[in-house]
Amino acid sequence: MSGAAGAIIGAVADDPVHARMLSIPHLVNADAGLVRRGRYCSATFLLEAGDSAYLLRVHEGRVASLERGPFLMRPWTFAIRASTEAWRRFWEPVPAPGYHDLFAMKKLGVASVEGDLIPLMANLRYVKDVIAIPRRGGRS
Amino acid sequence: MADLEPIIGRYLTLTLGGRPHRVYFEEAGQGIPLVCLHTAGADGKQYRHLLNDRVITRDFRVLAFDMPWHGKSLPPAGWQDEEYRLTTAGYIEMILAFCEALALERPVVLGCSIGGKITLELARLHPERFRALIGVESAAYQPPWYDDTGWLHRPDVHGGELAGALMSGLIAPQSPDETRWDTLWGYMQGGPGVFKGDLWFYRVDGDFRDRVGEIDTARCPLYLLTGEYDFSCTPDDTRATAEKIPGARFTEMKEIGHFPMSENPEQFRKYLVPVLDEIRTLGR
Repeated sequence: MSGAAGAIIGAVADDPVHARMLSIPHLVNADAGLVRRGRYCSATFLLEAGDSAYLLRVHEGRVASLERGPFLMRPWTFAIRASTEAWRRFWEPVPAPGYHDLFAMKKLGVASVEGDLIPLMANLRYVKDVIAIPRRGGRS
Repeated sequence: MADLEPIIGRYLTLTLGGRPHRVYFEEAGQGIPLVCLHTAGADGKQYRHLLNDRVITRDFRVLAFDMPWHGKSLPPAGWQDEEYRLTTAGYIEMILAFCEALALERPVVLGCSIGGKITLELARLHPERFRALIGVESAAYQPPWYDDTGWLHRPDVHGGELAGALMSGLIAPQSPDETRWDTLWGYMQGGPGVFKGDLWFYRVDGDFRDRVGEIDTARCPLYLLTGEYDFSCTPDDTRATAEKIPGARFTEMKEIGHFPMSENPEQFRKYLVPVLDEIRTLGR
């Protein structure tokens, strides 16, 4: 799957937010510590960047799949939504105040979280690390 | 012989709310007493860098106690049937009792977050007892950034893991990894419900918007320092408070979040040492 994601990244190099979303599975699955911390997390994250929707399916800490919408009627566990611009700023190597954390963006009014929050809160460090991981691969 | 740090830790018993509480504190240095108050759900080891700062301890006797229920201090006997909740009145009683127990003469109080917030009430109610007050990440009021503190104390979510994960966002991206994770470790160690109980004061009981205008900084200088990455108590929150207090001295700190003394002690001391130098020259 990481090979396929890599090919897509090359095809959409002009859309950095999309490319970074697609980088999540490989970066997560290559990080043994992160996978270990997520071993009790199995959930489907709906990630939205502006009008683009992504379903990230996590099974016991590993990313099983990432799909890009649009979706007509799919189940998900919790949704994390932000504008394209907010994601772009969130993934900068040193984000500006307000864009450095999911909850900071929520308070700023540029991100929202909804759905079943128990798995989100029970695995919060893992979830936050997963959505922030493109920051690490940002300059590749 | 090991290279021992100059910090000494001791225990004392304070009577608070009519009940004995065994309290742990650390100290280092000599000179003007500087009492340091830790953040909600944490303990006094947040100040270990300051306690080990020989430039500061040359002129200041730095003291940091663990609040009851926190760190090496115990909850009072009978705690097992109670819900812990920090109140404004209880917090003030605790600080005054600690200072009296050690016969500290007009100490400086430096507090962060809840500790910063309480300096505002110390300034309003007891200016004659303190040489100066330093409120770090302090405001009369700060709008909440998650609206259910019940998340912090329920059996199906690990309170320590959650506290660490929530607080991680309040640390500036520039803060060094080692001190970032030390700070979060402190959050992961709290007793069940203690962080939540402290936030009762931070969010509910400690709304001082109707009171801070009564503070007279001519009787006791008040310094307010807030980090630019703190979205719990933002620089704007502190600025709004400072604007209501004639003479309050507000500084926004760059590349710092909600835990300056703990997350990035080197960066914090750039802002703190000039304040302490000024306080030193105030005389009695």
